[in-house]
Amino acid sequence: MSAVIEEHHHDDHHHGPDKGIMRWVLTTNHKDIGTLYLWFSFLMFLTGGVMALGIRAELFQPGLQIVAPEVFNQLTTMHGLIMVFGAVMPAFVGLANWLVPMMIGAPDMALPRMNNYSFWILPFAFGLLLSTFFMDGGAPNYGWTFYAPLSTDYAPPSVTFFIFAVHMMGVSSIMGSINVIVTILNMRAPGMTLMQMPLFVWTWLITAYLLIAVMPVLAGVVTMMLMDIHFATSFFNAAGGGDPVLFQHVFWFFGHPEVYIMILPAFGIVSAIIPTFARKRLFGYDSMVYATASIAFLSFIVWAHHMFTVGIPIAGELYFMYATMLIAVPTGVKVFNWVATMWQGAMTFETPMLFAIAFVILFTIGGFSGLMLAITPVDFQYHDTYFVVAHFHYVLVPGSVFSIMAAVYYWLPKWTGNMYDETLGKTHFWLSFIGVNVTFFPQHFIGLAGMPRRIPDYALQFADWNMVSSCGAFLFGFSQLLFMFIVIKCIRGGKKATDQVWEGAHGLEWTIPSPAPYHTFSTPPTDMKEAHG
Amino acid sequence: MNEPVSPTKTVRQLLLVVVGMFGFGFAMVPLYDIMCEITGFNGKTAGPYQSLETQVVDESRTVTVQFLANNNASMPWEFRPEVRKMVVHPGKMNEMNFYVRNVTNKTMSAQAVPSVTPFNAAEYMHKTECFCFEQQELAQGEDLDMPLRFIIDQNIPTEVKTLTLSYTLYDITEQVELAALSE
Repeated sequence: MSAVIEEHHHDDHHHGPDKGIMRWVLTTNHKDIGTLYLWFSFLMFLTGGVMALGIRAELFQPGLQIVAPEVFNQLTTMHGLIMVFGAVMPAFVGLANWLVPMMIGAPDMALPRMNNYSFWILPFAFGLLLSTFFMDGGAPNYGWTFYAPLSTDYAPPSVTFFIFAVHMMGVSSIMGSINVIVTILNMRAPGMTLMQMPLFVWTWLITAYLLIAVMPVLAGVVTMMLMDIHFATSFFNAAGGGDPVLFQHVFWFFGHPEVYIMILPAFGIVSAIIPTFARKRLFGYDSMVYATASIAFLSFIVWAHHMFTVGIPIAGELYFMYATMLIAVPTGVKVFNWVATMWQGAMTFETPMLFAIAFVILFTIGGFSGLMLAITPVDFQYHDTYFVVAHFHYVLVPGSVFSIMAAVYYWLPKWTGNMYDETLGKTHFWLSFIGVNVTFFPQHFIGLAGMPRRIPDYALQFADWNMVSSCGAFLFGFSQLLFMFIVIKCIRGGKKATDQVWEGAHGLEWTIPSPAPYHTFSTPPTDMKEAHG
Repeated sequence: MNEPVSPTKTVRQLLLVVVGMFGFGFAMVPLYDIMCEITGFNGKTAGPYQSLETQVVDESRTVTVQFLANNNASMPWEFRPEVRKMVVHPGKMNEMNFYVRNVTNKTMSAQAVPSVTPFNAAEYMHKTECFCFEQQELAQGEDLDMPLRFIIDQNIPTEVKTLTLSYTLYDITEQVELAALSE
């Protein structure tokens, strides 16, 4: 991307970026920082992906072949942590950095220096986290949910590094979300009301509020762990009057909103892409905004559905079951609106649209398995089985990850000034689509049949579907190298993109030249008719 | 923007939210305890019982109280109730012992943590004296009869015929040493 932007700099009178590596270290430009976030998250996506392939290789056949059980536990734990905090969240922050200022007609983020800090904390946080692999006792092995006392009394010594890494990620996320909120609330172009903002901006505003509400709770819970481990307190230690179940309550009070933090921006992306390629305005803009806000509110009052089997009284189980099912209503509104947008549209199926449509279908499948899990009595059977694994991978991989890929294909011509290779893009889509479904659909079957999650070995009856699942995982994993190739190829050159890029695209970001100049909207735009599609 | 708002003000408000939510995370600890105490969720029993009303012995019915003693994973002590169960009248003071012996060759500290099932009976289990209110330290080979005095509340719902009082014994030697060091 840098080459293109610098090239542009020569025939432009705007102030351009610095030269060399220090440009990236010291940058306060929202586009540079967005690029850094996106590359970092892609690197973490590959890192977490390698761990996933390690897991699937071990599970290719029953019996222990490749990794020892202790290592397997470290792989599942680190895969989850890296993908959640290192891949999906930074990717959305990167997209927010690139797009939010361009969509609301602002010259940059509101707090550019803090923006730089919030990115540069991340490589250190994940460096610290990954270094635990080389420590005595190994990396965290207690699952990404790090339930006490597994993560306190029985944890490897590296747990302290894990705690500080989580603290750092939390600080980074909180700074990032404060930045997003201040930008959106204070820096919109004159005349742009909240209800004129593109949905991606709306969903990010709500996501950012979720983040500042729950990341401090996560920081609190790891601080309690730290105190239990090193300062003889007993927050989660029953012997000292504490309670391990308390850990789960505090964790999931963070954890459930966290799940929506990873999907709400995806809703915004899909709500931008589908209207473009259906060549219609988004159906039900207002209801989309209200549905997003409702989902965010509900996310705070359903956390104990992760804990149905810990011994909650029946009244509590019923409450959390009904409250959880309620979430299907605003989510259903969204899916309905996407389908209604496509209805009678003049649709074309470029790569971003393919990913967006796959998102709608596959995310809905993940939503339905979520409804099944919400039913308390059956959750007693499904709890901690591969059915749960299938469920949350369906909402996270063909959900969040597909939306991020869709976003990259959709806005890449705007960022680089070049069109990506459409044939290769479609090839990447179909390989990923087939890979994802072959990987995760069979996990529903083995889960319902009773295979527990987080184990390196399994009974023979699960062998066939596990082998299928592993084949799919390798297909999906290696397809992402093609993705990297397509993106690099596009950065280096290709058919020049027009300013609007897509025939049906609406929004302020499509009114500026392609590639987007280093500084945009130094004078705010005045025509708000183009604000959202 | 229609009415200009200072970004600094917004940042300050958001930072307040962050600090507040960090505090809320910690506030969940006492909130959780209060929830459990009020409702008896989780089978938590209260501390030493101070009688608020005179308990009248209800001779007309009996409640079976079962006793369980469990050792936490790494706890080697011998730990058992003197009797497996008692049939008692609500409102009457009862007394029994748990036997404990340190079978190791070093001095250790232990803490017993009680739990009552069914959960909705927890609030009717009043303990006037219990070894679970304090930590036990035993030298190697030492043993002890630990007393428990309790009253089953006269208002216990009639559908509760049996309740189970279970104790889990934890090894807290390390924590005690750590706490002593930090003092």
